Amino acid sequence: MKTFALGGVHPEEAKVSAAKAVEILPLPQKVIVPLGQNLGAPSKALVKKGDEVKVGQLIATAEAFISSNIHSPVSGKVEKVDDYLDSTGYRRPAIFIDVIGDDWDSTIDTSKEIVSEISLSSTEIIQKMKDMGIVGLGGATFPSHVKLMLPDGKKAEYLIINGVECEPYLTSDHRLMLERGEEMMIGVRILMKGLQVQKALIGIEANKPDAIQALTSLVAHFPGIEVHALKVQYPQGGEKQLIKALLNREVPSGKLPIEVGCVVNNVGTAFAVYEAIQKNKPLVERIVTVTGSNIQNPGNYLVRIGTPVRELLEKAGWNPETAGKIINGGPMMGKAVSSTDVPVVKGTSGILVFDQEESKRPNVQACIRCAKCVSVCPMGLEPYLIARASEIGMYEIAENEHAMDCMECGSCQYTCPSARPLLDHLRLGKNKVAHIIRTRKN
Amino acid sequence: MNETFLYAVISLVALGATSAVILFFVAQKFKVIEDPRIDIVNDALPGANCGGCGFAGCRNFAESIIKAGSLEGFSCPAGGNATMTSVAELLGMVAAETEPQIAVIRCNGSMINSPAKVQLDGADSCAFAHYLFAGEGGCSHGCLGLADCVRSCIFDAIYMDSESGLPIVKDNCIACGACVKACPRAIIELRDKGKKDRRIFVSCVNQEKGAPAKKNCSVACIGCGKCVKVCPFEAITMNNNLAYIDYSKCKLCRKCVPECPTDAIHELNFPPRKIVTTEEAATASV
Amino acid sequence: MNRLTVSGSPHVHDVMSVKSVMWGVVISLIPAMMVSFWYFGLGAIFVTAVAIVSCLVFEYLIQKFLLKETPTITDGSAMITGILLAFNVPSSLPWWQIMIGSAVAIGIGKMSFGGLGKNPFNPALVGRVFLLISFPVDMTSWPTAIENRFVFFDAATGPTSLGVLKENLMAGETVPDIISKLPSYQEMFIGQMNGSLGEVSAFALLLGGIYMLYRKIITWHIPFSFVASAVIFSGILWMVNPAMYIDPMFHILAGGMLLGAIYMATDMVTSPMTPAGMLVFGVGCGLLTILIRVFGAYPEGVSFAILIMNAFVPLINRGFKPKRFGGK
Repeated sequence: MKTFALGGVHPEEAKVSAAKAVEILPLPQKVIVPLGQNLGAPSKALVKKGDEVKVGQLIATAEAFISSNIHSPVSGKVEKVDDYLDSTGYRRPAIFIDVIGDDWDSTIDTSKEIVSEISLSSTEIIQKMKDMGIVGLGGATFPSHVKLMLPDGKKAEYLIINGVECEPYLTSDHRLMLERGEEMMIGVRILMKGLQVQKALIGIEANKPDAIQALTSLVAHFPGIEVHALKVQYPQGGEKQLIKALLNREVPSGKLPIEVGCVVNNVGTAFAVYEAIQKNKPLVERIVTVTGSNIQNPGNYLVRIGTPVRELLEKAGWNPETAGKIINGGPMMGKAVSSTDVPVVKGTSGILVFDQEESKRPNVQACIRCAKCVSVCPMGLEPYLIARASEIGMYEIAENEHAMDCMECGSCQYTCPSARPLLDHLRLGKNKVAHIIRTRKN
Repeated sequence: MNETFLYAVISLVALGATSAVILFFVAQKFKVIEDPRIDIVNDALPGANCGGCGFAGCRNFAESIIKAGSLEGFSCPAGGNATMTSVAELLGMVAAETEPQIAVIRCNGSMINSPAKVQLDGADSCAFAHYLFAGEGGCSHGCLGLADCVRSCIFDAIYMDSESGLPIVKDNCIACGACVKACPRAIIELRDKGKKDRRIFVSCVNQEKGAPAKKNCSVACIGCGKCVKVCPFEAITMNNNLAYIDYSKCKLCRKCVPECPTDAIHELNFPPRKIVTTEEAATASV
Repeated sequence: MNRLTVSGSPHVHDVMSVKSVMWGVVISLIPAMMVSFWYFGLGAIFVTAVAIVSCLVFEYLIQKFLLKETPTITDGSAMITGILLAFNVPSSLPWWQIMIGSAVAIGIGKMSFGGLGKNPFNPALVGRVFLLISFPVDMTSWPTAIENRFVFFDAATGPTSLGVLKENLMAGETVPDIISKLPSYQEMFIGQMNGSLGEVSAFALLLGGIYMLYRKIITWHIPFSFVASAVIFSGILWMVNPAMYIDPMFHILAGGMLLGAIYMATDMVTSPMTPAGMLVFGVGCGLLTILIRVFGAYPEGVSFAILIMNAFVPLINRGFKPKRFGGK
C-alpha cells in the first residue's frame, strides 16, 4: 500500500466517533463571526450595529488578494462589530449577531436535490468560489479560489483530493465522504473544471474502508477520478506528503505543489465547492467532530460558523469539572483553547476535550540524543538541532538547518522519549527566522 | 638506549624549529596594524561585553570610538560616567555626562492582581508563550512570568519574585538594555534613576479600553486620564488608553499617584506619605 | 470550572520515555548477565553488584551534592553504565578497583560533561579504559570459566583467545599452528572462553540485540556496519595471508566485538544522529578494531575503537545530514 517515504509516526487512532452519523446542531442564540477566518488578510465588515441579516448574506468582504468573503451564518440582528477573545486569548475583530429565526437568503437552493450538471466555465467557477467565501477546510483555511488561480507559466496536471484525515480522533471528513459522497464527487469535478485538469486522485487512509468503498463505487460515474487507499501514517494529510504518497513526486523545499503539477484540496472543500457552485450556498456551516476522553457522546455535528464552542460541548455531553484541555482541531496539530466562548470558524474540523490527566505533558528530561526526532521528521530535518538553536537564540543556525521547511506536524515532539518541547522551540525559531528573512528582503 | 633519546630530542627540536619559522612568516604576512589607542581605550572599559552601548562588545565599542574621533553619542552604561571620563582623559576628548538609568518593570499583574484563568504547559520561554497565547491571567500585554529577562541579564540584576510571579530589578542594574530586548511584550523600560533613586512610573502597558483591561487585572491602567489632568508639568501623556510618564519632564511631585483609581502609578524609594486629611487637602489646593 | 491547560501542539505523546528506553536496555542485558553468572559464578555476581551499586551511589552523590540538582538515578542510565562496566572487566577484579572504575565512568565519563545526554564518550568505556591503563595486570587476568565459579580469590587465570593469538604470533608461530590452542567456534558462540564478564557469549548478546531491535531502542545501522566492516577488513587480510591473519569468524566471536557492536557503540548519547552517520560510525569502529587487534600492541581494540569514533561523532553529525524532503 502506498505511503510517503520519509519519517512519520503512528499515534493511536482513537476514531471513536467514526460510526456516528452527522447530526444538525440546533441554532445558538448568538454567534460570533470573526473577521479573520482565513489564512492571509482579515476581511472588512460590511454591516454595522443594528443591521438585519439573512443566512448567506455577505457581511464581510475580502479586500486583499489572499483573503475571503464572509457570509452571515444565521439570520438576525447585528449586535455589534467589536473585538472578541480568540482561542489564544488575544483580541480580534468579529461581528456579533443575535439569532432571530432561520431566514435564508432567497438565492440559495436549500432543497436536498443533487444537481450534477456543471454549467459554469472555469473562470466563472473561480469567481463564484471567491464570492461564496470558500476556504480550505482541512485546517489551513487558505482561500480556495487563490489555489485555482495558477501562476503564469504553470500548468496543473493532477488535482489531489485529501481524504486522508491522518489526525487521530477526527472523523468529520470520514463522515462527509460516507454521507455526502456523491455531492463531494461533483465538487471534485467542478474543481477539475476550474483547474482545467483531466485527472483527480483521492487519497484515503486504509482505516476508512467504508469510505474507500463508497467512493470507489461512485468512480464509474465520474471519469478522471481515481480513489487510492493509503497506509495509515501520520502526517500523510500534509499536502507534500500526500503528493509523495500518491504520485511519488517531491515538492521542492520552499515551493508550492504546483511546482510538480499538483493542486491539493480537502474533501470538505470539494463538498463546499459543490454547494457554492450548484446550490448557490456560501460557506456558512461545516461538519465538526466533538470527541475526546471528557466527552460522553462523541459525535459529528453540522454546525453554523460562529457558534460558541460551549454549545457544541454541552450537546455532546462534556464534564466541565474534569476537563483539562480543549483543543480546536486534532491532537497533533490542533490549538489549545483558553475559553469555551470561542466560536467555531471555517477551519474548525474538530473539538477535542481531554480529561485533566491526559492534558499534562510528560516531564521534560535531558535530550539523550536518541535521534528518534530525526528519524520521524517527514521533512528530513534535525528537530533536536533546530530546537536547540532557537532555544539559545541562534536563529542563523536554525535558518541554515532549514527551519522554514518545518510544517509543524509535531511528530518529533510526539516521539521524543525525553518529552522535550521540541515543537514549541521550533515554532518560535520559525517565527524568528521568518522575521529575519522579511527584514533582510526590505 | 642513548641513541633513542638522542633521536627523540633531535626530531622534536627540528619539529619545533620548523614550526617556529613557519609561524614567524605567517604572522608577518597576516599582521594587522591597529591603532594602539584601541587597546588603551579597551583596557579602560569594564570588559563586561554586555552590549549596552549598542556595539558588539567592549572592543568593538573602543574601535568605534577611535574611528569616530569623538565621544559624541558614545556612552558605557556598565561603567557609567566614571568610565567615560577616564576614556576621555586618555584620548584627550570630552565626554558628555549622561544620566544613569535603570530598568523598570511596567507590569504589576501579579498572581493576586491578575489571577490565572488557564495554565500553561510548555517550553519555559516568554517568547514562545507570547506567540502561543495571551497569558495565564488573560492580559495580552502583561508579564508572562517565564523569566526571559532574568536569563538575558549577565549582571544578575533581575530575579523572579516567587510570590508575585513578576521580575524584580535589583540596584546593581546598569541599564544595558538586554532585558528590554528579551521581553517580547516591551514591558521593561530604561528610565533615569532619578534623584535619590526616586522614580514614578505607570506600572502597566495594557492598551485595551478600561473595562476589558480591568477585567483581567485589578491594577491595570484604564486610561481614565485623571493623572494627565492633575500633572502640573505636562509630563503625562495618554496614548491608546495608556498613560505614560515622561521621566525627563517629571519633577517627582507625586500628585498623580493617589489620583490613580487602580493604583497603576508606582512610586519608588520615596519616604512614606503623610496621611493627609480632607481639610488639609482642601487648604493645600487653594 | 477548573483551570484549562494551554500548550502548543502536539497534545498526545508516544508511550516511550527515557525510563522505558533505559529499562529496555537493562532487560536486553539479562541473557548475557545470566551467562556470565553461569560461567564465572560468584565472582561475576559480585563484580556486577559492586559496579551497579557504586555507579548508582556515585551518580546520586554527584547530582545531589556537587551539581545540586534532583537526582535522577531511577531513570536507569547509571544502572546501564554499571552493568556495562561490569561486562567489560574480568570477574576477579578487586572490589576497590571496580569502585574506582565506576567513579571514573560516572564522574568523569558522564557527570563532568553535565550528566545524561551531554557526554561525548561512552561512560562505561571511559571507566574500563581507565582501569585497563591503571591496573593492567588485574585487568588482563582472566579467570578460567566454570572452574572458578565458587572461587573469590586467587582464581586460576588464563589469557583470552585474542591474547593467545597475539602472544603466539609475536613468538613467531603461524595461525594454523595456533588454532589448536584456541577454543572452537561452537564454544566461543555459546560463551565458553576466557574474557570479560559480558563479552563471552555471542549467543546471549545477539538475543539482547534482537530484543532491542524489536523494541526499536537501537537501529540495525551501527551493529551491522561495525561487524560487516570488521569482517570485510579482516577477510581481506585473511585472504592475502592466511598464515599471518586469522579468519573473520574468529574476529566476530572473540573478545568484545559483539558486546561493543550491540551495546557500546549503539549508546544513543555517543553515536551519530542520522542513519548515514551511523553507518560511517560503525565502519570506523570496525576498521579501527581490526587495525588495533592485528597491528597494535593490545590484543583487543574494541574499547579504543569506539572511544576514538565517539570523538568523531560531532564531525559525523555535521557531515552526514539526513536526506531532506524536497532538498537538492
